[in-house]
This record gives sequence, structure tokens and C-alpha cells, in this order.
Amino acid sequence: MRTEGTAAAVAPAAPPARAGGFSLAEEIVGKAVGDRVYIAVITGFALMVPLLLILIFWEVALAGWPAMRQFGFSFLTSSEWDPVRGQFGAASAIFGTVVTSILALVIATPLALGVSIFLSEYAPRWLRQPVAFFVDLLAAIPSVVYGLWGIFVLIPLLREHVVPFIRDTLHLGVLPIFSGPSWGNSVFAAGIILAIMVLPYIASVSREVLLAVPRSQREAAMALGATRWETIQKAVLPFAKSGIIGGIILGLGRALGETMAVTMLIGNKHEISASLFAPGYTMASLIANEFSEASGDLHLAALMAVGFVLLLVALIVNAVARWLVWQVGRAAAGGAR
Amino acid sequence: MSMAGPQRPTARQRAVADRTMKTLRRRRVVNGIMTGVIGLAAVITTLPLLFILFHLVREGSSAVSVDFFTRMPKPPGEAGGGMANAIVGSLIIIGVACGIGLPIGVGAGLYLAEFKGTRIANAVRFLADVLNGLPSIVLGIFAWQFLVKPLGHFSALAGGVALAAMMIPMITRTTEEMVRLVPTSLKEAAMALGYSRARTAMTVVLRTATAGIVTGVLVSVARIAGETAPLLFTALGNQFWSLRLDQPIAALPLQIFVYSNSPYDDWRQLAWAGSLVLIAVVFIISVAARFATRSRVGAGSHD
Repeated sequence: MRTEGTAAAVAPAAPPARAGGFSLAEEIVGKAVGDRVYIAVITGFALMVPLLLILIFWEVALAGWPAMRQFGFSFLTSSEWDPVRGQFGAASAIFGTVVTSILALVIATPLALGVSIFLSEYAPRWLRQPVAFFVDLLAAIPSVVYGLWGIFVLIPLLREHVVPFIRDTLHLGVLPIFSGPSWGNSVFAAGIILAIMVLPYIASVSREVLLAVPRSQREAAMALGATRWETIQKAVLPFAKSGIIGGIILGLGRALGETMAVTMLIGNKHEISASLFAPGYTMASLIANEFSEASGDLHLAALMAVGFVLLLVALIVNAVARWLVWQVGRAAAGGAR
Repeated sequence: MSMAGPQRPTARQRAVADRTMKTLRRRRVVNGIMTGVIGLAAVITTLPLLFILFHLVREGSSAVSVDFFTRMPKPPGEAGGGMANAIVGSLIIIGVACGIGLPIGVGAGLYLAEFKGTRIANAVRFLADVLNGLPSIVLGIFAWQFLVKPLGHFSALAGGVALAAMMIPMITRTTEEMVRLVPTSLKEAAMALGYSRARTAMTVVLRTATAGIVTGVLVSVARIAGETAPLLFTALGNQFWSLRLDQPIAALPLQIFVYSNSPYDDWRQLAWAGSLVLIAVVFIISVAARFATRSRVGAGSHD
């Protein structure tokens, strides 16, 4: 505050009139022009962000319009995808996207929560940074590398150990979700690789939210004689709840649009099957797989329409997640005061 | 009244004490179990990274040689061969993405910091976050529709545009954060010397924040370097040597994708080697950025 005052007091006196060259008046005018140019330029760059978003929206919507017009609402409900007969319905891809994403969240959420609670409540100071960094590195691995690892390590592992374990040892083969033949490439494999991929996103948001919970919240619970877990369960988690949900939804956003690893593992087949061991399709993998070999304009438009649906869903999911995380930040700032 | 010494607890009091002890024991057991569960979750979470790194090194390290970086791909069946064209192609695409993404990202970040709190700045920040969350495949089909279709052919340029769309929100947010870290007193000192707002921003604020912005840019480069989906229908890939922006071009992640789906052992081995190189680059940048950020934040806190 004080520095601001002195700055204001000194500023008008600072530029002395120069002998020759510019007069003071010219210099001030030049500055004003320079400032205006600067503001105009950075404003222009800032407006590029919304413009780019609108452009993406517009281009994809326009390209998908012929398919949306022809099939209407049945594009979302029909599972018939037949380029030869010119019939396109995205239901099987939408189904696959939903199932793989849910599977990923079901696996990743408890682990991510566990590791972020460990980091914010249990870990000694020296262990926090390395473990957090380790988890963050998972997010840095390119999708195609996950896919490669999935093909040559995860799928054989699932085929030879996990699937027999679920069926023969646990006798869960009678359940529809574990029934049917299993070759390897499946919704199950895609869901597991997605779980590993979204885990760091959920973990890092949860960790930040947990660290933002005021100390007094924990101290109050401890003072009432609560054990450490009771403190976490009754005082910390409720405070951080909506932020953690925001993190999970952010992870959902990542899972919905993840392309390469899923394309390499899911088996790419248009079918809606109750079994997790059956191959399937997601919206993103459908585009990745068929776009370059699209036969005819309608096929291309249908793929663009799938992209548009994906875009809309990702937009909504992300907006909700950001809003939830932002709300916790505000509540924590209020609570700390 | 006649009783001497401490009063003996009544049966009722004993029952209450017993119950308290029992609950306490149960609570302690639950606490112990949950501590174990949470520790286990932390251990399991670190396993996939270790597994992936282990397999990458085991399968890929034997194929990483000088040839890998300097030779062209060979037809299946012939041993050897490298990914020189894919590595150069990736560098070119990343260069294009930086050329487009850097000025826009830094400019937008400066705007957010200069006009923080205004309605437009809040909207732009929110939309940048939304853009950051868009699936990368959508950016790929956007770039196809926007550039490939009108121009009539796949190109390195279109790939660069798709990746730039990924970079812009990341650079915008880091620039904003780094500019905000610049102490107000520095800006005021510059203003007090008669600097204009523009000159203050260029010579004082941006220069102070440069290290942080460069770190942020490197992190975003590390992220886009491994992106495959946006390049599938834009850069397309190329088995031959090409440096032209208006022609299809090879890229390391694309090549990994093609090779990993191939039935040939030589190609699969190259896919592992390519992944190892990609991961090494990405991790080195991440670790370097980590240390750079830490030292700067540490220095900043002394102010």
C-alpha cells in the first residue's frame, strides 16, 4: 500500500524534458499510443481463445449436420452402424464410452482417494513431494505408450491370470458381465487402462482440495477425541466432498475422450454386449478407427456427428467439474478467514 | 457414610465403562484397518508406473541405438532401421504448434493477469479451461475439416494447428500464473521511472516471468509431443523423408501406433524403442520443470 502511494507521487515528475529529439508532450503521447497498441494486442490474443472454441464447435457441428438431419434423434438410440447400407446410429459407441468410463472411475476413484488422503494426512513431509510427483508422472505418459503396454503386457495378463481368476476361483462367470468368450481385446481391458490414465487427474485434484481443508477442522475433531480415520471421515472428507466430486468428474471428462489406448485395446466392434469381456467401441475410438477409411460423405458426416456428441458431452462434463472445484476453493477461503 | 477409601463403582457405572472400552477398541481397530487400506492404495497407485517403465526398458532398450536416430524405417523383415524421419517430423510439427500457440498463449495470459477480476478475463479463463478439457481427437477432426479438407491434402501444418489448439490453454494459464508471481513493487518501480504500461510489461514483467513461462511451455511441449489422436487425420504419417509443411509428415507417436499394430517383430521392437525415447524426453522435461519451479518458488517466498 505504501509503495503504491510513493509510486503515484513520483510518477508524474519522473520523465524529465529532454534536450533535443522528443519533447515531453511527444513522449507522453507516444507512451499513450504504445499502451493502446499493447492493450489491443493482448486483448486480441485473449479473444482468440473463445473464438477458437466457437470455431471448433461450428466446424464440427456443420460437418456433422447432414447425418444429424437425416437420422435425427435415432442417431443416438439406434445401434445400427452399416456404412454399406448407409444406416448410422451411434448407440453402441455411446454405450461403450459410458461403460468404459464408469469402469475406469470405479477402479480409479478409491485408489486416487486413498493416495491423496495418504499424501495429505499420513505421509511424512519428505515423502509427500516424491510420491505426488510419481503419481503426476502417470499423467505424462503418452496415450499411445499406454496402448502399446496394454497390447503386450496388460492383455496377456488379463487373459492368462485375471479372467481365469474371476471365473474359476471366484466363480463369477455366471454373472452376465463376466460371461461369454474372452479373447483379450475387450471393454474390460480398455476400462482398466483408462483407470490408470485418469487416476493421476482425480488424485491431483483431490490432493489439492484436501490440502485446502483448514487445519482448524482437523484440530477440532482431534480435540473431541476422534481417531485419525474418524477425523478424516467426519471432518475432512465432508469439507472436501464437492471438490473431490469435481475431480472425479474431471477424470470422467478425460476418460470419455481418451482415444489411442482405448482404440488399441477395446477390440473395435459395433455391438452392445452385457459382458465386459466382449469387444466394443467408444465414440473416440470409432472416429479414430473409421475416419480415414470413411466410405462416402454420409459416413464421414456420421463420424463428425459422433465427434460433435463427444464435444458436447466433454464440454458439459468439464464445465460442471470446474464449477465444483472452484466452489470448494471459495468455501475453503471463506472457512480459513 | 461409613465407607472408607475410594468408592467402588456401581454395576451400572461398570457397564458404561465396559461399553466405552469396547467402542474405543472397535474404533481403534477401524482406524488401524483404514490406515492399512490407505497405505495399500498409495502403494498400488505407484505400481503401474513402475511396471510400464520396467517393460519399456526391457523391451525397448536394445533397439535404441545411433541407428534409431539416424536411419530411415526399413521394410518388414529387414533388421535394423530407425525412426529418423519420425523424430524430425515430430520436431517440425511441434515447432509449428509453438509458432502458433506461443504468441497467442502468452498474449492471452498477459491479458488475464493485467485485467484480472474483470468479467471478460474470468470468461476467457473459464473457456481456456474448457478448451483444455476437450478430447484431443475432436481437435483432430476440427483441424481436418478446417485445413485438410479445404486444402485438399494432409499436411504437417494441419497437425501443428491441431496441437497448437491443445497448447494455447496450457500456455495461457501458466503465463497468467507466472506473471501474477511478479511482485507488484517491481511494476511500480518501473512505472515510477516513467515507463509506459506496455514497456513495463515487456521489459520488466515478462522478463521476470520468463523462466516460469519457459518452464510452462516445456511442460506443454512434453504433453503434445506424445499426442497421437490429433495427428491421425492431419499429419497422417509418412514412410519417407519429408520436411515440407504442406505435405503429410511422419511423427514419432504415429509411428509407434502403426508399428505396435503390426505383426512383425522388428517393427514391434521399434515401437518399444520409440516409446522409450518418447517417455525419456517427456520425463526429463517434467523433472527439469519440477526442479526449476521449485527453486523459483523458493526464491520468491523470501521477498
